[in-house]
Amino acid sequence: MDVAILGASMTEFGERDAWIRELLVEAGEACLADAPVSRDAVEHLYVSNMASGEFEGQTGVMNALAHDMGLLPAYAERVDQTSASGGAGIYEAWQSVASGASEMTLLVGGEKMTHRTTAESTDVIASITHPAEYVHGLTLPSFAGLTARHYLERFDAPRESLAKVAVKNHENGTRNPKAQFQKEIDVETALASPIVADPLRLYDFCPVTDGSAALLFCPVEVAEEYADEFVRVAGVDGATDTHVVHEREDPTVMGGVVESGRGAFEMADCGPEDVDVAELHDMFTILEFLQMEGLGFAEQGRAWQHVEEGRTAMDGDLPINTSGGLKSKGHPLGASGVAQAVEIYEQLLGEAGDRQVEADRGLACNVGGFGNCVITTILEVSG
Amino acid sequence: MSDGGADERGTSTELAAHRCPNGHLTYPDHAVCPECGAEQTETVDLSERIGEVVTWTESTATPPGVRTPNIITIVEFDVEGASVRVIGGATDDVETGDPVRPVYVEQLRDPDAGIRHPDSHGWDGFRFEPVE
Repeated sequence: MDVAILGASMTEFGERDAWIRELLVEAGEACLADAPVSRDAVEHLYVSNMASGEFEGQTGVMNALAHDMGLLPAYAERVDQTSASGGAGIYEAWQSVASGASEMTLLVGGEKMTHRTTAESTDVIASITHPAEYVHGLTLPSFAGLTARHYLERFDAPRESLAKVAVKNHENGTRNPKAQFQKEIDVETALASPIVADPLRLYDFCPVTDGSAALLFCPVEVAEEYADEFVRVAGVDGATDTHVVHEREDPTVMGGVVESGRGAFEMADCGPEDVDVAELHDMFTILEFLQMEGLGFAEQGRAWQHVEEGRTAMDGDLPINTSGGLKSKGHPLGASGVAQAVEIYEQLLGEAGDRQVEADRGLACNVGGFGNCVITTILEVSG
Repeated sequence: MSDGGADERGTSTELAAHRCPNGHLTYPDHAVCPECGAEQTETVDLSERIGEVVTWTESTATPPGVRTPNIITIVEFDVEGASVRVIGGATDDVETGDPVRPVYVEQLRDPDAGIRHPDSHGWDGFRFEPVE
């Protein structure tokens, strides 16, 4: 069964006073209103969230949201795939509709993080690591530093090329009123910012963020009753790579990106050359290169040249992270994968405002851990 | 490491890589060999061997209970033609390609400061020291 996305929403990302339950309600309500679909129609509810228990001491958020939004007795489930929880939620929501189990599925992703110190948030996220890593104080930023050094040395890529990813995504973020940062930066500023995990500096990393985003799924035949134009899930797939990061044969290849991309392209019956716009998981600047290469947008070791040549800019042949990406828009863990698809949805339906590009088909790649779990989704305009 | 035969005095301890009958080596160990699914039946002690730095980073934003700055390196060991990689801190500045040797450390980070339960795994292990 072909699956449609009938509605989409996201809250403002940034430092929010709202706690997790309020953030989820805000995005969920806005999504039902966007469609619009009545709350009685919702049969399944998925909540993408990595760590509300660890961050806030609030667990059971799927049931909390079902009650708070008056969706009872809808089936509700929390989806955790660390940073890829949002993408995993898309996969679950798609399955719920494609299988015939639900005719109307609401997906809401969210995270509340900024009330914690950066060190505490870093530790919550680093708790995904293997004991052999955790004991040495490995963090996700330190994996990025290790990998970025290897990439730059092996492929003779200039350090500036990573800074240019941050500059591009910050520039895009100034056009997104919901982004955490509305500020352009230049290469010099990025290269002069404090070292976080050498050779990577502050501007190579996404911020800590509160926020929520939502999508509404139903069969294409049902969507046709509600709207003339909507988005279709053309392809979606998920895959895993090693838990222990240093055990990967090639540190510059993210197997989960390669495999989930292959599956999503096969399902959508298209290839990387057919994608008009993409949201990639730029939790660290180096990840944008690794995903471009893993998905076939660039050859291995060459993604940096595409960025240098401006091919991934808003006016390039493949605009990447028109939303500002995680770098500028912010990264509320469980919300991010959902928000990536919200951006693609808006691009495909011509609702992206100052960020609008010409696009009939878009791709979102949501990365959990340091490539440990990955979901790739391809959306097409329909109707 | 505590899973690699550290005695109670901590004076003799192993940096154990794990091998299956098909010759695949991993560090750390796994329930089965990730490469072929066979049981890992042997260990190879790397603590007296020299490895080579594959890459490194110096982390200045460290979580609770971790030294600042924290130099971390991925080190590759050659074991009779097979290679195995190990991750760990460095005792000093290192560069890619440098030869390094493992040095046993009784406590790598404060077990009581982070989110992980202190009893869930050991907190000793090896850092890497540049070989002059």
